[in-house]
Amino acid sequence: MATLVKPPTAEAQPTSEGSLQELATLRRTTTPPMRRRRSEKEPRGWFVAALRLGVVVIALVGWELGVRAGLVDPFFWSQPSSIWETGVIAFQSGDILADARFTFTSTVLGFIIGVLGGVAIGLSFWWSRAYALTAEPLVIAFEAMPKLALAPIVVLVLGLGMTSKVAMATALVIVIQILNTYSAVKAVDKDLTTLMYSLGASRWQVFVKVVVPSTLPWVASSLRVAIGLALTGAIVGEYIGSNAGLGRMIQYAGSTYDIALIWVGVFTLAALSMALYLVVSWFEKRLLSNITHTR
Amino acid sequence: MASTLTSPRPDVDTSAAPAQLVIDQVHRSFPNPEGGTVDALVDANLSVRPGEFISLIGPSGCGKSTLFNLIAGLDAPSSGRIVIDGVDRAGQQGLVGYMLQKDLLLPWRTVVENVVLGLEISGVRKKAAQAIARPLLTTYGLAGFENRYPHQLSGGMKQRVALLRTILFNRDIILLDEPFGALDAQTREQMQEWLLDLWDDFHKTVLFVTHDIDEAIYLSDRVFVMSARPGRIIAEFEVPLSRPRKPSVVTSPEFVALKADARELLNGAHTTHTTSTPSSEEGTVA
Repeated sequence: MATLVKPPTAEAQPTSEGSLQELATLRRTTTPPMRRRRSEKEPRGWFVAALRLGVVVIALVGWELGVRAGLVDPFFWSQPSSIWETGVIAFQSGDILADARFTFTSTVLGFIIGVLGGVAIGLSFWWSRAYALTAEPLVIAFEAMPKLALAPIVVLVLGLGMTSKVAMATALVIVIQILNTYSAVKAVDKDLTTLMYSLGASRWQVFVKVVVPSTLPWVASSLRVAIGLALTGAIVGEYIGSNAGLGRMIQYAGSTYDIALIWVGVFTLAALSMALYLVVSWFEKRLLSNITHTR
Repeated sequence: MASTLTSPRPDVDTSAAPAQLVIDQVHRSFPNPEGGTVDALVDANLSVRPGEFISLIGPSGCGKSTLFNLIAGLDAPSSGRIVIDGVDRAGQQGLVGYMLQKDLLLPWRTVVENVVLGLEISGVRKKAAQAIARPLLTTYGLAGFENRYPHQLSGGMKQRVALLRTILFNRDIILLDEPFGALDAQTREQMQEWLLDLWDDFHKTVLFVTHDIDEAIYLSDRVFVMSARPGRIIAEFEVPLSRPRKPSVVTSPEFVALKADARELLNGAHTTHTTSTPSSEEGTVA
């Protein structure tokens, strides 16, 4: 079946002919091992959801049983049953809702100011190369600095109220937003701007019609990171000094050895964080599909 | 120096009309990173009459794109003049339509929004511009695609949109830089037909860059041959084939003869590596 056709140059190059023959025999003798095609089926949605829930339930039950069996010290770790009782009281009194609202508001404000400010500054770098070259290393230096270390100064200057929390959240968000937007600006297709100039466009027209729309997908995909940073900033601000907020609540519970209350605060914070994340993800998807049309 | 085949088009005599575009002794050199300068374009001379279809062929690095950037005003010549309608316009943008190699459609705009980009930039209101564009989209093979986004179009369709955008920019001269280079052979042929239709309807003066000798001869009134390092125009020949041209013209003896000549000129243009083309097939026809 696999008869070898002799190339016209075979006489001149006997070594090449030898290799060809060898390859032909190899092909006849070696057979690839039979392998059953593995299926990579996507598991059902409800099945995955049940598994996830199962993991959480097992962890909680194990925790509770561990405490009751004396394997886990409830003084340090508390236990799900007393966390639940503490949580019910905290929610009934309404204190924790007020704290959650405080943290939520400062996070969202910091997020919005940080994103809008960061995008505006990042976009402004497009206008002047000299300005961009001057400012970029300064922004990177600010990014490298552990901004959380600045929290005591921020709280001292701006007080125990919400302003200092918003400032912390903004500080964390704005820096990555500037750098991200500037990366997007640098990645704008040069040929697109060339085309615009060939059509006689002004710089402003190029900016509005090409630069801003090109950067939108970048901004959209950075929003999920930004919301997480905003929450971190707000919470750290509250740890340092605050008259409200989930961070302050957790801090207070810790100083009074109320471990169950710490857990209530942490779980509430987790729920808040998840809710914010989901909303921002939804918004990002909408932004990407409806405004930019780049898939 | 230039081997010119002079036999003007019998039907139209445009030689008396004043040139619409004159490239006069244009020279462009760029600073070399290692010091000194590199000549991208040397001694370019070119004169194009209104409504003429001109092609430029040559190897990579022959300065075709440099020349187009100069005409489009995106770059200024080191010396020489670029005269459009009798006025030296070196370094001025927005006077000619320029279609770059890539389609460069804005992905967030629909077909109709992309097509009116040029009009929009020159200050026409969006609605008015789209009202002008829609009937043209229907006439020129884009009916039903007006509200699609570029990622939903095939390569050929994208090039149509890009070309219509260039036409709708409404300038007398349009520069096309290898517009069909990335298309498959069949689509390419359709697009050539389509381009000739557009050229007929809009009476544009076209400068067309291509690597493809067939394409250059089939489309053009005159073909300029360029050589590389430094980029210069080394020859020019007329294409005396009558219009309208049918795709079958490519097998006619005149066409084959022109092609053989062009190939010879182009081989001379490859200064670095002379490709030895088998001359037994095409060489004998002339």
